[in-house]
Amino acid sequence: MGSTTIPAGTKWWSGGKSPFNVSYGKVMMWYFLMSDAFTFGAFLISYGTIRFSVNHWADPNHVFNSFPFAGHANLPLAFVSLMTFILIFSSVTMVLAVHEGHHMNKKGVEKYMIMTIIGGAAFLGCQAWEWTHLLTGEHVAMLSDGTLSVLPTTVKMNPWGADLSHTEMMAALQKTSHEQLVAIASTLHHGTEAAGHHTATALTNQQLIEQISASGLHATHTGPIAFGGYFFGITGFHGFHVFSGVVINIVMYLKTKLGHFEQRGHYEMIEKAGLYWHFVDLVWVFVFLCFYLV
Amino acid sequence: MSAQHFDNPEITFQPEHSGGTGKIWKIFWVLSILTIVELALGYFLYLQTGKISNTVGLSTKIVIALLTLAKAYYIVSVFMHLGDEIRNFIMTIIVPLVLFVWFIIAFLADGNSWKNLRNTNAGSSPNKMEQVQKETEAAHH
Repeated sequence: MGSTTIPAGTKWWSGGKSPFNVSYGKVMMWYFLMSDAFTFGAFLISYGTIRFSVNHWADPNHVFNSFPFAGHANLPLAFVSLMTFILIFSSVTMVLAVHEGHHMNKKGVEKYMIMTIIGGAAFLGCQAWEWTHLLTGEHVAMLSDGTLSVLPTTVKMNPWGADLSHTEMMAALQKTSHEQLVAIASTLHHGTEAAGHHTATALTNQQLIEQISASGLHATHTGPIAFGGYFFGITGFHGFHVFSGVVINIVMYLKTKLGHFEQRGHYEMIEKAGLYWHFVDLVWVFVFLCFYLV
Repeated sequence: MSAQHFDNPEITFQPEHSGGTGKIWKIFWVLSILTIVELALGYFLYLQTGKISNTVGLSTKIVIALLTLAKAYYIVSVFMHLGDEIRNFIMTIIVPLVLFVWFIIAFLADGNSWKNLRNTNAGSSPNKMEQVQKETEAAHH
């Protein structure tokens, strides 16, 4: 990277100087981030270990295939790409804020801090949508008692197991209660939900079974129990970092606006906040890899 | 605009910051292109689900992981300016993180061996048990 000539005879360890040529605050920010990297690393490695230890894991292209306002369209990787680009772009505006700080350009720092804060908020909004979508999702899966049920994705259960064969599904439908058959039938015609539910209750089990099997419904086994805990745990922990990063950035924006850094003669606090913000982006790169891509 | 001035006696010299924003935008494009390549490979895996061998699938995943490491390198060295720090400092950050290499190898291997035990019923699958029984019976006769 940038090559700097170190003055001849510099004695790094003689006291009064930082042996790393970095201020105490920045060194400590780096060491904090290193410890945080170990925390995230431990989480992700634990997730990988569990994922390697089972025969079937949830297929990300199946779990994350929705996009806001796109209804039931199958769009694997689309929404998470948007989230990734939002975070990369907010990383760029952050580094531009640091750059303006180096040139003591108060207005420039303010502008880019605002853009970074908006990027962070947009990412959090995306994550809130994704969580809501999973937690309120309705997918038909076969429970361990052999009956079918409509399941969301939570830390306790999820419908992301292997597909049921036609024979398995027909056998499961025979065992399923009237109440559950009605619930499954009403997931078939979304939009006309209320009307669908009303007519469905009046039907007999056999009629419902015919309707469901004729619809070409895709049913699965229940998914690996650990999936929800790892997904919500790790993306939640990352999302909490994004949230605290946005709060730190707002504080930095206000301090810039009030002229605190201009008075101080340098914008090093923006650099430290920037380190934290880039770290959040860095972690997302790995979360993106482990949960969505592979 | 004058460059910022530190009164901090700890700092012996300031890293060079005179450059424009060209490098920042360059890295933005590098990160974007790496991400697009990752997504293309991910989409390839999705389209080919069940059609490609495990070896091809696994190799594609390894390539995606390497691209991720490249992205991490650019974020840390350019956006976080670690590349501009002195070597001693870079080493105190990077060297401990090398432990991850062993963590990943050891834990994933452990997960894998766990799966093997699960599939053979802790090394004594019903099939194997039967075979052992038959062999013992044969030995007795």
